[in-house]
Amino acid sequence: MDLRSRYLGLELASPLVASASPLTADIETLKRLEQAGAAAVVLPSLFEEQIEHDSVDLHDTLELGAHSFGEALTYFPEMDDYNTGPGRYVEHVAAAKQALSIPVIASINGVTPGGWVRYAELLQEAGADAIELNVYAVETDAYASAASVEDRTLRLVSRVRGAVTVPLAVKVGPYYTAFANVAQRLADARADGLVLFNRFLQPDIDLETLSVKPELHLSSRDELRLPLRWIAILTGRVPISLAATSGAQTADDVVKLVLAGADAVMIASELLRRGPDLLTELTTGVSGWLEEREYASLEQAKGSMSQAACGNAQAFERAQYVRTLVEYQSAGARGQAR
Amino acid sequence: MLPARGGGDAFPVSMRATVDGNEAAARVAYAASEVIAIYPITPASPMGEFADGWSASGHPNVWGTVPRIVEMQSEGGAAGAIHGALQAGALATTFTASQGLLLMLPNMFKIAGELTPAVIHVAARTVATHALSIFGDHSDVMAARTTGWAMLCSSSVQEAQDLALVAHAATLASRVPFLHFFDGFRTSHELNTIERLDDDEIRGLLDERLVAEHRERALSPERPVLRGSAQNPDVFFQAREAANAYHDAVPEIVTAELKRLAEATGRRYRLFDYTGHPEAERVLVLMGSGCGAAEEAVEALVERGERVGVVKVRLFRPFAADALIAALPATVKAIAVLDRTKEPGALGEPLHQDVLAALAERGGPQPLVIGGRYGLASKEFTPAMAKAALDELGRPEPRRRFTLGITDDVTRLSLDADPSFDVEPDDVVRAVFFGLGADGTVGANHNSIRIIGEEAGLHAQGYFVYDSKKAGSTTVSHLRFGPRPIRSTYLVRRAGFVACHHFGLLEAQDVLDVADEGATLLLNSPYGRRGTWERLPLEAQRHIVDRALRVFVVDATRVAREAGLGRRVNTVLQTCFFALADVLPGEQAIEAIKGAIRRTYGKRGEAVVERNIAAVDRALQGLAEIEVPAEASSGVRLHAAVPDTAPDFVQRVTAAMIEGRGDLLPVSALPVDGTFPTGTSRFEKRSIALEIPIWDESICIDCAKCALVCPHAAIRMKVFEPEALEGAPDGFLSKEWRDRHRPGLLMTIQVAPDDCTGCGICVDTCPAHAKEEVGHLSINMEPKEAHLERERERFEFFLAIPEIDRATVDVATVKGSQMLEPLFEYSGACEGCGETPYLKLLTQLFGDRLLVANATGCSSIYGGNLPTTPWARNRDGRGPAWSNSLFEDNAEFGLGMRLALDQKRGAARQLVAEVAPDLAPALLDADQSTEQGIAEQRERVAALAERLRGAGDVKAARLLTLADALVHTTVWIVGGDGWAYDIGFGGLDHVLASGSNVNVLVLDTEVYSNTGGQASKATPLGAVAKYAAGGKQTRKKDLGQIATAYGNVYVAQIALGADNPQTVKALAEADAWEGPSLVIAYSHCIAHGIEMVEGMRQQKLAVDSGYWPLWRYDPRNAGPGEHPFHLDSRRPKIPVSEFMQRETRFAMLRRTRPDEYERLASQAQHDVDERRHVYEQLAQLEHESAAEDEKEA
Repeated sequence: MDLRSRYLGLELASPLVASASPLTADIETLKRLEQAGAAAVVLPSLFEEQIEHDSVDLHDTLELGAHSFGEALTYFPEMDDYNTGPGRYVEHVAAAKQALSIPVIASINGVTPGGWVRYAELLQEAGADAIELNVYAVETDAYASAASVEDRTLRLVSRVRGAVTVPLAVKVGPYYTAFANVAQRLADARADGLVLFNRFLQPDIDLETLSVKPELHLSSRDELRLPLRWIAILTGRVPISLAATSGAQTADDVVKLVLAGADAVMIASELLRRGPDLLTELTTGVSGWLEEREYASLEQAKGSMSQAACGNAQAFERAQYVRTLVEYQSAGARGQAR
Repeated sequence: MLPARGGGDAFPVSMRATVDGNEAAARVAYAASEVIAIYPITPASPMGEFADGWSASGHPNVWGTVPRIVEMQSEGGAAGAIHGALQAGALATTFTASQGLLLMLPNMFKIAGELTPAVIHVAARTVATHALSIFGDHSDVMAARTTGWAMLCSSSVQEAQDLALVAHAATLASRVPFLHFFDGFRTSHELNTIERLDDDEIRGLLDERLVAEHRERALSPERPVLRGSAQNPDVFFQAREAANAYHDAVPEIVTAELKRLAEATGRRYRLFDYTGHPEAERVLVLMGSGCGAAEEAVEALVERGERVGVVKVRLFRPFAADALIAALPATVKAIAVLDRTKEPGALGEPLHQDVLAALAERGGPQPLVIGGRYGLASKEFTPAMAKAALDELGRPEPRRRFTLGITDDVTRLSLDADPSFDVEPDDVVRAVFFGLGADGTVGANHNSIRIIGEEAGLHAQGYFVYDSKKAGSTTVSHLRFGPRPIRSTYLVRRAGFVACHHFGLLEAQDVLDVADEGATLLLNSPYGRRGTWERLPLEAQRHIVDRALRVFVVDATRVAREAGLGRRVNTVLQTCFFALADVLPGEQAIEAIKGAIRRTYGKRGEAVVERNIAAVDRALQGLAEIEVPAEASSGVRLHAAVPDTAPDFVQRVTAAMIEGRGDLLPVSALPVDGTFPTGTSRFEKRSIALEIPIWDESICIDCAKCALVCPHAAIRMKVFEPEALEGAPDGFLSKEWRDRHRPGLLMTIQVAPDDCTGCGICVDTCPAHAKEEVGHLSINMEPKEAHLERERERFEFFLAIPEIDRATVDVATVKGSQMLEPLFEYSGACEGCGETPYLKLLTQLFGDRLLVANATGCSSIYGGNLPTTPWARNRDGRGPAWSNSLFEDNAEFGLGMRLALDQKRGAARQLVAEVAPDLAPALLDADQSTEQGIAEQRERVAALAERLRGAGDVKAARLLTLADALVHTTVWIVGGDGWAYDIGFGGLDHVLASGSNVNVLVLDTEVYSNTGGQASKATPLGAVAKYAAGGKQTRKKDLGQIATAYGNVYVAQIALGADNPQTVKALAEADAWEGPSLVIAYSHCIAHGIEMVEGMRQQKLAVDSGYWPLWRYDPRNAGPGEHPFHLDSRRPKIPVSEFMQRETRFAMLRRTRPDEYERLASQAQHDVDERRHVYEQLAQLEHESAAEDEKEA
């Protein structure tokens, strides 16, 4: 079965992309992912905040108590290099590129406009086939309007677009009032693709210690529905590559996303649970599904159930909500009756 | 210099450099050596640090190999190691000072006796006598003058480089080893612009043929010899004389090497260099940094027509009498020889005697020769003092012996210097900066000097004066720059530019006294152009008006904060300095500052560079000149250093030191034997905290943890009867003390607002939080200013509340110990120090009966560095008696105390039986194992003394002097890991083996903290430390297990932040054990690279990860069927990496060499697992088997 898919203008052997996770941080695992059938990989994000924090933190530590007391003007030996910058990440990109023949997508989570651009240039230089901008911020300013936040993101994409020539994907969260409009404007800013959606790290409360702790939960299958809806809505409506991330676990999940219009299906949680061999299973499963139904290629099926193509425009909109609720209640009532 | 080979980067090739004396000498030593043995000692430690750093980076020496650096356990060890390296044919060197040099003496005699080329570079420092001093004089090198080593003295930074090379060259040529020295701090730490030697110049002076000869003489089984025989009366003497020719040849060889140096560089030196009038009648002779000041004086006086001169001594040993005489003008009539050392009892100091002997042997008419001491422990030596000595020579009857720089009102030896004699050249710009250690002032000034010296093409000099405190310390930077080399080897006394980087300093000291007429003053002020004037103290206003100062203000604190630099205002103020000082054109200065920022901080990351550059760009926006009124009128006055309620000594002497007027104290003000009163830190109210902890009694759970962990004794707890609250100020807080055995009592937690450093450890430790707001604890850090007045009042009342009766308290518990008064308070240790809580606890537990032997190190510095001491006394006048002997001998020192106490007690017991037999049973059999028992014994001894005082016979009088020995006194031997694991280990081992009743507390920071974090054998695997820049490759020594091997030693390993009760229990058990005890206390430290506020939390992680297991070995439980080893910490809950990655000492290796970090971290985990496995088995071990029949029974 011809599973080829174009994502960000890159020719992929299939829509299956190993998303950013600890697995893509290691060159040996990257090779195993490629062997198992990953059509591309996304490397873990380079966090500008982390780099900045590392640098400032190191500086604070080295300065603590320094030049204060005649016997101890410093407390640490002077090193040739502290590797505080993006150096190690850049090396990882280059090493991944060296080790793999599939496209390598580098990811950035920036803070300052200068940082986004600087790191994008560095990663392009290191050989990244594409760059994913991991737009990730929890807006807490009660006086920052949605419009201003969106405008800032768009300006940022334009600036990076102006600085690099490799394809550019933007990974965003789902919490936009008018997401279709945001997607359209990102396309207008010449982003090549959208990655739907960023899962924010959500805090939890430890009842024992009464402390707030960030906890990472691997995604569950339920989370698939949100990208599924928006891919279906945007396919054919906004001229941009679409990738689904969050929740895909089985070949059926992949097929659903492809039918909705996804050019790429990104997988991280399930790979962490089951290892790289999952990709072989998914490839076989997707091929099987398509073959069984006599599709000529994956391309043929792609987007065939998008909002525009499925003939039931409202199915992806509000009505769906009502129906689900009705059915849920009925099911509950039935349960009680027994 | 030193071109790159073997992977290292080349040093910069620019010939002009701005370096300090240590770096100048170390570069040459490194380039000319193969084996370098090092050991930290101030002020020589940086030489070892430079060498270790270059070696870790792969820099080669001039022969293309990377020198091998080895850190030894003491200077004695370093000397032994280089002796061996030399014997085996390597070129070897070491760096040291003071006591360190003294420890090298035995090997130095050997090395010289064996005619072995070697060099030791010494940053000359005072040898401890009545007190330790880290500062500079020649008492150490003078103690080495009998060793047979040639002694070559550098008097400037340039010379420290040049003569270092001459020493290395001349030792090869002469076979006589060389001690190359320069003045500690004044030269070792002075930054100055020098012409750098390049590699070819160094190589050019080091003759390959001579190196080959050194190798040929080396021990080798290929051509075996024996060296180091034992000789008998028949030949030893002749053999000792056999080397004479070699020593005799040294002056000529040094002259030849100096000539070669001059040919290569154009810089000319002679064995004795003369400057002054060609027909001078009065001449000074001296050596070291004082030469700079003396030369300035002489030149100025010659210009005024006086016939004076100065001889600068370079080669002190062998003393080349002919060369000295040749250097002296034939016209000389009187000579004043100045020695920077003191030899009590000698006819004169060494240089003085040598000059006398040289002249006497020459014969003929003798000039008058007088001798004076100057500059001990870096006492200032100025041109005015040099002039005073020359003036003395002009008097009809000059004093034969004199001192300079002090007022001796006892033996009246001192010469008065004319303070108006100021000869600083007009073309030199002088600037003084007052800053805080934490604000980066010194670092920025380092950069400014480099900019001026290397970019403005001027000569620049920087010298920095530091505080005796580590927390909240102040710094004073003295900068000079001008078109010619700067020789002024004394502090700036008249500055054209004064900057005060912290507004509060203006109220604490007379900052502007140093300002010259018409000087520019830069203030970091939050009050702006209009509001600043009225907030200046009257004294400052007067200086400004009287001296017509121009005053500029900038709110650097705000700019720095906005730029993300926190409290580091250095960049902002540096930029303002350049804008006002006009040393470089505006734009060029800005670019130079930015360049310096990139060079200094570039390695630390873009963010740091960007923030500093942003600060530069914003700095000048707020800079404004204020209008100075015609008259001073301020209502603000300089703070008094101590309250007028302080004891007389504190008001007369201590206060002067606190105010920076210690130089003015006359000899009569000081004790003759180094004995000082304790309990003086309470009078030094430094008020350095920005935030202080404020108690919310409503949610307090009486746990006492805040008081327990406070490193500064600034959070206090008292438990008292309700009546004690009579007269309490309004709103004084207290709450019910929850103790079902003692109902009805109240308790208060009180901050000492002016003594708190604001470290926040108490708050970080507080477990009680409000139900409504988890972030609100029972104590919370709040801005000090808002609470200061009220808390001062409350604290004063709190102090007056009666202390609880010790006899009624369950002392050996956390709560019980914290009900007791600490007798260690408000030390100058770092904010959040990990050592001081243990000492404070020790004084709460046993302070009224405690003798402390304190090894040199952090604890001796915050414990005994003047002006004040944290060791205190209680209301009865009792408290810890404290002494510091040396670094290496502390266990022995403490043992000696125990022996004396035991001996005195023995004698007293004998006399009691004879003199007061009726009192004997009660006095001699008293149980003193409890507070009650000790209190009762004190009463008995008091009664005995009462009776003895009236008795009148000899034995009674003798017993009276010994009676105190009948009350139990506990000896605690305290020191750091550098002492216990390394330099003092031999002695510690011996003392533990002695079986004596001494207690040892090791404050284990796992590095030499006081000298800036050099590795010790306590340093853990994988930690980066100085002298282990590549990460420590071996695991930490298990000192505790070594001690348990004796079987009769009580041993405990504790960590206060992890287990409070175990800590208290271990200290109490150790004290109670009537044999040797060793308690090893984990002490978090600034050198770990942690946020100090989290110190206790980090201790807990150390224990939770198994990195620092808690255990006790109690010989009392070593009986049949018992288990003396008790493992107190639970199985590790987290991997050791979780602990490691939170500390920069480990994380640094992760950054610089990630693979190596992974390897060592995994080895560390393996070690932790293995040790746990072993300890668990030890905990099951019975040391004496129960008899078979008992078992059956």
